[in-house]
Amino acid sequence: MSDLRQTPLLAEHQALGARMVPFSGWVMPLHYGSQIDEHHAVRRDSGLFDVSHMALVDLRGADARRWLQSLLANDVARIDDPGRALYSCMLDEDGGVIDDLIVYHLGQDHYRLVLNAGNREADLAWMAQQQAGHDVTWQVRDDLALLALQGPQALARLTTLWPELALPGRFRGVSHGERFIARTGYTGEDGSEIAVPAAQAAELWRALLALGVQPCGLGARDTLRLEAGLNLHGHDMDRSTTPLESGLGWTVAWQPETRDFIGRAALVAQREAGVARQRIGVRLQGRGVLREGQPLFVGEQAVGQLTSGGFAPTLGCAIGLARVERGVATQGLEVEIRGRRQAVDVVEIPFVRPTQGSASEQVKPSSKE
Amino acid sequence: MSTIPAELKYSKEHEWIQPQADGTVRIGITEHAQGLLGDMVFVELPESGRQLATGEECAVVESVKAASDVYAPIAGEVVESNDAVVDAPELLNSDPFGDGWLFVMRPDDPSELDGLLDADGYAALVAEES
Repeated sequence: MSDLRQTPLLAEHQALGARMVPFSGWVMPLHYGSQIDEHHAVRRDSGLFDVSHMALVDLRGADARRWLQSLLANDVARIDDPGRALYSCMLDEDGGVIDDLIVYHLGQDHYRLVLNAGNREADLAWMAQQQAGHDVTWQVRDDLALLALQGPQALARLTTLWPELALPGRFRGVSHGERFIARTGYTGEDGSEIAVPAAQAAELWRALLALGVQPCGLGARDTLRLEAGLNLHGHDMDRSTTPLESGLGWTVAWQPETRDFIGRAALVAQREAGVARQRIGVRLQGRGVLREGQPLFVGEQAVGQLTSGGFAPTLGCAIGLARVERGVATQGLEVEIRGRRQAVDVVEIPFVRPTQGSASEQVKPSSKE
Repeated sequence: MSTIPAELKYSKEHEWIQPQADGTVRIGITEHAQGLLGDMVFVELPESGRQLATGEECAVVESVKAASDVYAPIAGEVVESNDAVVDAPELLNSDPFGDGWLFVMRPDDPSELDGLLDADGYAALVAEES
């Protein structure tokens, strides 16, 4: 693993006995003993993830807003109020999903993108191709670490650590010293993602663990996001699929029609012709585990396949996201696992809703911003 | 470093084999194997009476991470399987050499046990693979 990139928290993970694995060119913690215990900690209390492998890219320039309006399928005009965050896909001309990302509006002509680690080079190359003629520059913030503190007690822990902190509303962020604290995440629970100078990362990590927060690895991150029905790029969508086929139609800002973002024409054409495929959520009846790539059938007809699957610790059964022919009969749907057919139910996404009782219940959910 | 009990035999597929007083053998997966796989969530075992050839796929243990086949370390008949691990796959994590056993076989040829690894041989295999 010597040629892999290391986050500023590597020594912390090793000291905790984490099982380290290669992931998207980085050496990352998979779990610290039990992935399932870590998953439950996030649903029941709080968990802390090192997500410093994700690429933070700061954009500046007089054209930054206008350029992002062309680059992204969602519309940064929705976050003109500084401090707000927006989830969006970045599409190619065919409407294929190059990556999905969060964009923060940090200030005048100043935005931050958070990109998937595995897509970092492809994203930056694509952005460079689209840059011509725009007054915009960017800097990859490898000087920052990113920690995700998630769970119904996450914000209470943060307030214990920093009593003076005014918590941002959902899908918003605030500066706090040299840190940027955002109310975002990838677990379906309330919580925060904290960008912090790399040299301060270990101190923050230890301070949160000392408050009883459970360290969590990539394994729990994956089962939590799956239960929350959140797509994973490269699995649930990629350049061969559009947002409309991936359950992400809500992230495409169609209005105003004059905003000609990259991929718009392809999406309009697809919408007019009829979207042939759709994302569904499935739950396995009986024992076993759903996995990415398993085929789905109605009778002898192949109707699609799982794009993600796994054991859902909160539900105690196997669940999955699947891409199937639009309008497929949901009665009699079966998955093939190791050559055998087993019945699955089509269920609502998200599979698990956020834990109630968190400090933030009075704040209206705004996940569809 | 994981535990490798000296009194057990081992296969190259990370199974342990424990000869019983009645001539049968009890089979499970090693602590090292469960550690590699992570939290177990599903176990499928062979039924009693099934005749297995050496190396035949006969069980599946599935963790949060991946499904893994279990192979018959020797030829013989399955005489018992552990219903407790089917109901509670986490026993493979918490007690891989004890309550997390998988099934019991009656060897066709007891001398086949001599071809299995001893604890030192298995320790060397683990060291080689890691």
